[in-house]
Amino acid sequence: MELTGAEIVVRCLQEEGVEYVFGYPGGAVLFIYDELFKQDRVKHVLVRHEQGAVHAADGYARSTDKVGVSLVTSGPGVTNAVTGIATAYMDSIPHVVITGQVPTHAIGLDAFQECDTVGITRPCVKHNFLVKDVKDIALTMKKAFYIAATGRPGPVVVDIPKDVTNAKAEFNYPASIEMRSYNPVVKGHPGQIKKAIQALMKAKRPMIYTGGGVVLGGAAEELARLVRLLGFPCTNTLMGLGAFPATDRQFLGMLGMHGTYEANMAMQHCDVLLAIGARFDDRVIGNPKHFFAEPRTIIHVDIDPSSISKRVKVDIPIVGNVRDVLRDLIRHLDAAKEQPDREALKTWWTQIELWRSRDCLKYDRASAIIKPQYVIEKLYEVTKGEAFVTSDVGQHQMWAAQFYKFDKPRRWINSGGLGTMGFGLPAAMGVQLAHPGAAVACVTGEASVQMCIQELSTCKQYRLPIKVVNLNNKYMGMVRQWQEFFHGNRYAESYMDALPDFVKLAESYGHTGMKIEKPADVEPALKEAFARKDELVFMDFITDQTENVFPMVPGGKGLSEMILV
Amino acid sequence: MRHIISVLLENEAGALSRVAGLFSARGYNIESLTVAPTEDSTLSRMTVVTVGSDEVIEQITKQLNKLIDVVKVIDLSDGDHIERELMLVKVRAVGKDREEMKRMADIFRGRIIDVTDKDYTIELTGTGSKLDAFLKALDRGAILETVRTGASGIGRGERVLRV
Repeated sequence: MELTGAEIVVRCLQEEGVEYVFGYPGGAVLFIYDELFKQDRVKHVLVRHEQGAVHAADGYARSTDKVGVSLVTSGPGVTNAVTGIATAYMDSIPHVVITGQVPTHAIGLDAFQECDTVGITRPCVKHNFLVKDVKDIALTMKKAFYIAATGRPGPVVVDIPKDVTNAKAEFNYPASIEMRSYNPVVKGHPGQIKKAIQALMKAKRPMIYTGGGVVLGGAAEELARLVRLLGFPCTNTLMGLGAFPATDRQFLGMLGMHGTYEANMAMQHCDVLLAIGARFDDRVIGNPKHFFAEPRTIIHVDIDPSSISKRVKVDIPIVGNVRDVLRDLIRHLDAAKEQPDREALKTWWTQIELWRSRDCLKYDRASAIIKPQYVIEKLYEVTKGEAFVTSDVGQHQMWAAQFYKFDKPRRWINSGGLGTMGFGLPAAMGVQLAHPGAAVACVTGEASVQMCIQELSTCKQYRLPIKVVNLNNKYMGMVRQWQEFFHGNRYAESYMDALPDFVKLAESYGHTGMKIEKPADVEPALKEAFARKDELVFMDFITDQTENVFPMVPGGKGLSEMILV
Repeated sequence: MRHIISVLLENEAGALSRVAGLFSARGYNIESLTVAPTEDSTLSRMTVVTVGSDEVIEQITKQLNKLIDVVKVIDLSDGDHIERELMLVKVRAVGKDREEMKRMADIFRGRIIDVTDKDYTIELTGTGSKLDAFLKALDRGAILETVRTGASGIGRGERVLRV
């Protein structure tokens, strides 16, 4: 029996076991919406702006190991979605974005709501397709999900002209797929793995540095085994938090621009560095010249060959799926007769503990004004470290990363690569839908949250009991901090004048609002908010306007050149 | 250093723009780029001439390999290879120049492929430097128009790029 293109699209989603599609209707996708309406296996979540749709699907994907799916119309639907697509691309999030396109006969004629979707999205997708024949939809959708989820994951856009969704074809969904031009490497090279083991055994001052690849690769258990087996210190990047338990003694905290003193010092002074699923980016190693000044042997495990020796020359590259490579490393270690140099390790740990005793994250706990760090500490306590925490971008993001101790992967959901303000709230919607009943907190600031504030309406429609933790310092805090440090205290346009009354705003969307102004009220407010299990509670914490994020590696400086509190 | 990179890619709409977009997005140089379908019409073969340090070239080949439409990539400059470029030059051919142009074309083993009473069109094939030398040898004022294809390259002997 022949089906329409729109029916085929929906059947493909069903075949892929898609639970939720996040989207917004419009002219070019009306046939697809009509088919979604006629079935109830794939649920649609109506957002209030296409950026929100993509972020929500992104949050869904990050907090599960599934592919996020969003659906938007042509033209402005696509351009609104681009920020979300670029966000997913920078953080390698598996995602399929279905976009409507004007009918094939109108393409290129500047038709109403036409844009060159494939052209606009090309630099920020893993791959994209324009489907011009209804017979190609099923195979293209299969490829899209396969490409999005395998290798180094990423977003894939499938652009479908309106007439193609109304044309008819037989539906056959391929059970599996092979592409001669796309074969991600899985197993690490055995020779390289042996070399890595030898280097690790000889290390006097070893360090393990891991990133988002461990989370995405589902290798947290393997990482924990490896780190404990070796007895080495471990640090995570912003994207990698939760891959190794933050409460473990071997964890040195996050590294990088706002990383801990001990993590950055150990990173700078180690003699053997094992990097796993991380990419040595500018926010992590600071000035590369300064980083190279100390000689060290670098072992780099990554599924993407182009991540290796991109910013930092690597001595022992291992291309492969992180989980498979870690299992191979563990197997070799179990069988090895040699042991790591325990004597040297003891000395190294003594040095690290000295760095750790610097207590780089200390802040004024006696303050009469609410300190943002205090709010995050209390959030951690009240949720017993079990919450899913999404964030926007800025100071609040760094404090959440520093002070919420993530023991499990996929609990910390933030836009690390692109640094997208407005990500937190819609991402939290996707997380909450993926984990009904779980505590989901969106840590945000008064500037970021206003970039996608309209999604409070979506939260009401789908009864999503997210807890918004708004650290309100009336400034774009990170911008203000840079202006204080590097621009002579001239706070150019970083002051948020004319803020809304967030309590009334939350109430007008049908939610509960709270304003918290005293440190003593922080914990009770959080307790009350999380006790309201079925409600979205918007907590507006009025925090210290002058607080800065420390430690800080200023731009262009080396990792060990931190500004400390 | 100058490198000549051969790419075998799916003959799909947009495949060329993915490669061109990659070079501009990452700030890599393109000296020339040629592309056409191969004997297997589902595949295109591209030759890119680029300049960069070893690190940059390594990244270029890795990034090219990462493109979903790309099937295989080799850096021809890693070994023995042949490269050729085609140029068409329209020159003024009147008076004493008419004989001179014919002679120059013969010396460089070019062929005159179009003739009018005022001009010749000369076809010339060779390495880029040979084509440069030919243009240099001509009186600049006599050159009316030139068009060059950019280099195509192939490995010598048993060095073969195929699926």
